[in-house]
Amino acid sequence: MKSSTRIAAILLSAVAVAAGAASGPAGAAYWSLFSGSANHSPQAAPGAAAAPNGGGAPGAVAVAAKAGRYRDGAYVGAVVDAYYGPLQVQANVSGGRIVSVKALQYPADRRTSQRINNQALPELQSEVIAAQNTQVDIVSGATLTSEAYLRSLNSALGQAG
Amino acid sequence: MSRETRILMGMPVTIDIVGAHSAGLVNDVFAYFAAVDAQFSVFKPESEISALNRGRLSLSDVSAPMQEVLAIADRTKRETRGYFDIRRPDGSLDPSGVVKGWAIRNAADLIRAAGVRNFYVDAGGDIQTGGVNAAGEPWTVGVRNPFNHHEIVKAIWPQGRGVATSGSYVRGQHIYDPFRPDQRLEDVVSLTVVGGDVLEADRFATAAFAMGRAGVHFIEGRPDLEGYAIDAAGVAVKTSGFDRYATS
Repeated sequence: MKSSTRIAAILLSAVAVAAGAASGPAGAAYWSLFSGSANHSPQAAPGAAAAPNGGGAPGAVAVAAKAGRYRDGAYVGAVVDAYYGPLQVQANVSGGRIVSVKALQYPADRRTSQRINNQALPELQSEVIAAQNTQVDIVSGATLTSEAYLRSLNSALGQAG
Repeated sequence: MSRETRILMGMPVTIDIVGAHSAGLVNDVFAYFAAVDAQFSVFKPESEISALNRGRLSLSDVSAPMQEVLAIADRTKRETRGYFDIRRPDGSLDPSGVVKGWAIRNAADLIRAAGVRNFYVDAGGDIQTGGVNAAGEPWTVGVRNPFNHHEIVKAIWPQGRGVATSGSYVRGQHIYDPFRPDQRLEDVVSLTVVGGDVLEADRFATAAFAMGRAGVHFIEGRPDLEGYAIDAAGVAVKTSGFDRYATS
């Protein structure tokens, strides 16, 4: 169960993709991507076979996503109906971390130049954020800050586990 | 040169002008923000938007600036398939999601019209730069760490374009999913967008943030926008051209 949760967690984190978990008409589709995910591992990461189904409740997955290391490999999600068209993603994990998320199927209104130049679909790079020492002139951030909100969110995810 | 910050429209507004400029310019620009607030604030009963919301003013009689703002809101709603909607669940209009970026853009135009090339305007973390800083170098903008507000996690050269960030801390206040207004969004905690100007960056940052995890892909699909989304686990996803603007 733990490994299946982890596989699903990869897709949750990586999906950085399929239509906001809790948002919009694509919300249900997002979870279908999530639950269908472990059955779609054509590139057969070692852990994939150990995950007979999507595993776990959404909340449990969110917690697992925070927990950390993933098995190396490429994990392909189900095709989902994002609000702007069909979408399918692949999460690439290396060294235990998600290093990129690639869209395998793309809605029709994507950047046409990229479709014309080659058939390759743009892969959105992913990275773990880290504090930068660079000096900057100005800082961009959300207008109102509430660390209380983030604490509340963290505790909610903790309970969900 | 001068840099001054005042609280206007409920947020810190900073105007930084490099080099000589007329004595009244900074005051004039702050006065412009105050005038925009007086006209568009839904919290001021005497504002034009309040008059419209309370039926004292009809749509056909609104001022030219109000027409412009409402037209931008309509366009943004179409461009985002309804994710950007200034109509609130109670039926009233709250154009603040447009007004902020629009006011910053217009303030920058005022500054340029006064012959100033090197400046920035920052209203609540949404930014329009022009030219270079006092050291003669391109302006740099940091992306605030949503988990530690004393840190930045990315540095950007906007190169004259606009930068805006939407974050989870404001979700409960004025950003919500118009398709599920009671639903709190919990995935992406910060989305920074670089756009042609600050109005473009701001309206699409607001709309794409409401899309949750799909938002950065929506930004990817707009040729003139780049984005950097940070989720609750501290993992960022960036659009394919974002690194063009990143210094770190």
